[in-house]
Amino acid sequence: MLRFLINRLMLLVPVFFGVTLVAFGFIRVLPGDPVEVLAGERGLSTERHAELLAQLGFDKPIWQQYLNYLTDILHGDLGTSLITNRPVVEEFFELFPATAELGVCAILFALIIGVPAGIIAAIKRGSWVDQGIMSISLTGYSMPIFWWGLLLIILFSNTLHLTPVSGRLSFLFDVPPVTGFMLIDTLLSDEEGSFLNALHHLVLPSIVLGTIPLAVIARQTRSAMLEVLSEDYVRTARAKGLSTFRIIGVHALRNAMITVVTVIGLQVAVLLAGAILTETIFGWPGIGKWIIFSVFSRDYFAVQGGLLLIATSIMIVNLIVDLLYGLINPRILHQKSKS
Amino acid sequence: MALLEIKNLTVDFATATGSLRAVDGINLTIDEGEIVAVVGESGSGKSVGMLAMMGLLPWTSTVTADHMIFDGQDLLNMSDKERRKIIGKDISMIFQEPMTSLNPCFTVGYQITEVLAQHFGGKRRSYNNKAIELLNQVGIPAAQSRLNSYPHQLSGGMCQRVMIAMMIACQPKLLIADEPTTALDVTIQAQILELLIELQKSQGMALVLITHDMAVVAETAERVVVLYAGQQVEQRTVKQLFKEPKHPYSEALLNALPERANDKLLNAIPGVVPGQMDRPQGCLFSPRCEYATSICKEKSPNLNDGILCHFPLGEESLKVESQ
Amino acid sequence: MNTETTPATSIRSQQWKEFWFYFSVSKTAVAGLIFLILVILMAIFADVISPHGPAEQFREYAKLPPSWMEGGQAQFFLGTDYAGRDMWSRIIHGSRMSLLAGCVVVVLSLSIGVLLGLIAGYRGGWIETFIMRVMDTIMAVPGLLLALVLVAVLGPGLLNAMIAIAITYTPSFVRLTRASTLTELNRDYVTASRVAGASPTRLMFVSILPNCMAPIIVQGTLSFSTAILDTAALGFLGMGAQAPIPEWGTLIAENRDLILNAPWTVTFPGVAILLAVLAINLVGDGLRDALDPKLKRS
Repeated sequence: MLRFLINRLMLLVPVFFGVTLVAFGFIRVLPGDPVEVLAGERGLSTERHAELLAQLGFDKPIWQQYLNYLTDILHGDLGTSLITNRPVVEEFFELFPATAELGVCAILFALIIGVPAGIIAAIKRGSWVDQGIMSISLTGYSMPIFWWGLLLIILFSNTLHLTPVSGRLSFLFDVPPVTGFMLIDTLLSDEEGSFLNALHHLVLPSIVLGTIPLAVIARQTRSAMLEVLSEDYVRTARAKGLSTFRIIGVHALRNAMITVVTVIGLQVAVLLAGAILTETIFGWPGIGKWIIFSVFSRDYFAVQGGLLLIATSIMIVNLIVDLLYGLINPRILHQKSKS
Repeated sequence: MALLEIKNLTVDFATATGSLRAVDGINLTIDEGEIVAVVGESGSGKSVGMLAMMGLLPWTSTVTADHMIFDGQDLLNMSDKERRKIIGKDISMIFQEPMTSLNPCFTVGYQITEVLAQHFGGKRRSYNNKAIELLNQVGIPAAQSRLNSYPHQLSGGMCQRVMIAMMIACQPKLLIADEPTTALDVTIQAQILELLIELQKSQGMALVLITHDMAVVAETAERVVVLYAGQQVEQRTVKQLFKEPKHPYSEALLNALPERANDKLLNAIPGVVPGQMDRPQGCLFSPRCEYATSICKEKSPNLNDGILCHFPLGEESLKVESQ
Repeated sequence: MNTETTPATSIRSQQWKEFWFYFSVSKTAVAGLIFLILVILMAIFADVISPHGPAEQFREYAKLPPSWMEGGQAQFFLGTDYAGRDMWSRIIHGSRMSLLAGCVVVVLSLSIGVLLGLIAGYRGGWIETFIMRVMDTIMAVPGLLLALVLVAVLGPGLLNAMIAIAITYTPSFVRLTRASTLTELNRDYVTASRVAGASPTRLMFVSILPNCMAPIIVQGTLSFSTAILDTAALGFLGMGAQAPIPEWGTLIAENRDLILNAPWTVTFPGVAILLAVLAINLVGDGLRDALDPKLKRS
């Protein structure tokens, strides 16, 4: 188990450096003079140019610049936003909980509906229930999610007035940020009704963001279950006289979920990409919206830092998923002992 | 009254290429404490018949029979719920591939105590001691620590012992062993067979041993049923069969034993078991039978005193025909 | 067993027949194929089919609802947008953009990806390690984000969006091809070719590659549909095709303010995307079932 983890970590190291290279190189391949671009000033005099050049460290040889960049990163300095003049790291971690909360709710939504749907489709394979579930999930990941979000807003917010249009919390509430997770903060505060309000705001964005993971998880659960249900040990379970519920819910599902967990891991990257679109549509103050804004407003240090931080977050989450996988797969958790 | 009485059991499978008859009218009667062997090649329907009785076949199967009675209860028309009360408890089955037949995600102890809790109620953990007892009974050393082992940590022979322990846990009246030693090393085969016989004696259960190995039959069973292509061709006591087989197929099977080989060549049976598409007209064994006549090739034989043959061996008529 | 040598062409035609037999078993796949062909025809004959020019503005008819709703007009089937342009004509012309984007992305990522995968699998050693780590790095950044950053570097526009997306898809082809190559390398026919003195290039492209095609084709179809979605996403974010190019995602973006008053301007381009992508995915599923029974998801 430990060996498994260390193995995974070893694979991550070169990737991490690769990403730093991408982030590092990104600024240097931008069109135009990097100094001008970063300073945001036009028509620099030669002295000013030289001044800025030295300030930004661009006068040093490239490899040294990269080393400096790496050292800065290890000290937690990812540059300063050109727009807000605050450290990028600070901005990122301030907004990260919003995205994390949304992502977790989206995955929960996808799991709570997707796994049972996949199981039912597998049990009733070939029937109209199965075909219906598979058609819906196919439609789910054929949809552009930004359009899906807009559609739901048109329907539920504008027409039916059932859900709020944007934001995390109605501005009528004043909830002090403790963890950054609105669901927790509203519970901690003494504003009555704020928790429900926060939940209310989470509904539509979670559904939109969770639609593609839902479709993928439903499909994967179904195919994993189909494979497992034809295994010998399921026949043994039947021969023991166990109830159908136990055979499917315990014996089969346990094995099927091992495959599905890896799929969930892959969905994290999808989620982050989807968050960019979802947050834009719902005005959700998270990482996705921030990075789009940074790209558009040419806040290159923010983009550079954001790129690195987002990629690293994904790597960490993938590592956690790998860990989870190792824990639930007995073949990895308990290595073959000498019998 | 017999413990198990099966009459005219037929199993059809719906496949993409039409209906396949895997088992065609077999009869089996088993008394308490008996050991019966069911013998045949692959494709003879020996496993399917037993699986049908247990209700373990997939939904594409259709099971029909005149009657299928176990211990006075009608297995054929029983509801699934009622059947689940019997299997694993009064009738148990162990399978050919022990390593894949145990759930890789749960410990040995879990899987054994599970069946006890299912049939006798109560908390699973309360049966831990019983599980240890069972593991000892099947000859697994260090039973206490083995409770927490996973199947992939055990060898094939050990897995089979675990399976046996699991399936006799509820002290069944009838144990069906479907080729229990085929997937194991030769040295382990003998041990497992010995174990099965020993348990059969000590628990007083009836044992149905499904196998393709005539040598195993000779060593273990009292009665033997020979199947070919889903049909029952002969049913005798083991002593009788080995001394005087009456069906050409039985004779051929016995001749194929290494002990009966002439010089350097084994007496293999030419040809293959007919599949779905190439079922011959008349007697199913006729293409491979060295005594086949034109009647055999045209007309299906009826049961002649329990032998499915137009000209059972040792009868006068055959000696005349084959001249 | 037939001992006569059958000519290569008749083997091919038999393979086609067999392939079509398996493919046509899935009615949904065939339906998807038909729809896809219709969309392709729509794109090719856009100028002929569309009632109006995509950029033609009818100022006095701006923000008209679809023809079946109150206030709609027959000549503007799906209504008009904020500048009075016919939505239906714009959507028809938009199909060109989406299909073009899909093609370019797949062609680029597939050709580069397969080539790199072949080399990585065949050569092994540090070349393989290097290529795979680079691919891992690309995969570490979510696709859309990387595409965004690349477009920020290259500048907005449909072509740059396509290049950026193609880069993010390359790793999957590399992985797939490398895995297949490694499996095929161990087979006897490769050893036989080697012994016969075949050059590495010949080995890679003539011997190994054809046997890896099945998963590559399936992945290609999947990438085609995802490319359309990603292009639309970039267009929606304003980093892809720029207005007034009628790319479906851009159409949604430019009418976003009308979501309250004229929701049809936002709905129909999305429906177009959905249907096109759905059709391609259905075809992809059918392809997968037909090409490799082992992959069949029963």
